[in-house]
Amino acid sequence: MKVKVHVMLKDGVLDPQGAAIKHALGSLGFDGIDGVRQGKVIELDLADGTSEDTISQMCEKLLANTVTESYRVEVL
Amino acid sequence: MRAAVIVFPGSNCDRDMAVALRAAGADVQMVWHKDAALPDGLDLVAVPGGFSFGDYLRCGAIAAHSPICQGLVAHVNRGGYALGVCNGFQVLTETGVLPGALMRNAHLKFICKSVGLTVATTDSAFTQGYTAGDVIDLPVAHHDGNYTIDAEGLAQLQDADRIAFTYANSLNGSVADIAGVLSTNRRVLGMMPHPERSVDALHGGIAGQALFRGLVAQLVNA
Repeated sequence: MKVKVHVMLKDGVLDPQGAAIKHALGSLGFDGIDGVRQGKVIELDLADGTSEDTISQMCEKLLANTVTESYRVEVL
Repeated sequence: MRAAVIVFPGSNCDRDMAVALRAAGADVQMVWHKDAALPDGLDLVAVPGGFSFGDYLRCGAIAAHSPICQGLVAHVNRGGYALGVCNGFQVLTETGVLPGALMRNAHLKFICKSVGLTVATTDSAFTQGYTAGDVIDLPVAHHDGNYTIDAEGLAQLQDADRIAFTYANSLNGSVADIAGVLSTNRRVLGMMPHPERSVDALHGGIAGQALFRGLVAQLVNA
């Protein structure tokens, strides 16, 4: 099974990289950009039947730093 | 006083750390990250600066989950002393030994220069050799030193006098200009600036010497 884990900074955590991207888009002439947040996507190729609980543990223990990041698991 | 310096692939301040500890009188062993366990009878475990595992995933994240770091956490849980500098600080936050997280610098630049640090508390083995409120100069060299913690966590640090050093002038976006924090039992210090790069006149300064001397003196007497 394939799983995508989306890791994003939590709401309220300042995202300097997102802010820089927003600024760069503005310099390219794109208007109306209210905000940009940068995260990451991690694709996992897992044994069929891997439980949601196990995937959550992977996220909590390693893939996301839950001090600053939230995650969302998408089973493909 | 027995100390170990953990070496990860990508560590690059490990030998500087060993030199600084030895100069202060410590008996230092280098420990490779794949070693099964930390040596017995250690007083201090030092986690050096560098780019462990190429900063993949997040700075310090892969190192924090290596087997040797389970030994580090066990050492800390037994009441052992630990010092994490730069990448070592990132490793200590990733293990959960210290609170908060270190994010990309606010202006996204790698900062490599000497900066003024205010000694925020002298109530620890690491900082007892300084005077509270003193401003000392230490080098910083980091891309991800922007210390982040929620309001509740910050209040806990402040109420318990656990902020060891702050930047005298805002540097990288850190909450409350925090440069280094102590654990609840004050035996673990994580800091972004490099005291080990300032222990010899040839380094251009000796402001880091008091940290290592204070630590060794405390542990020799313990």
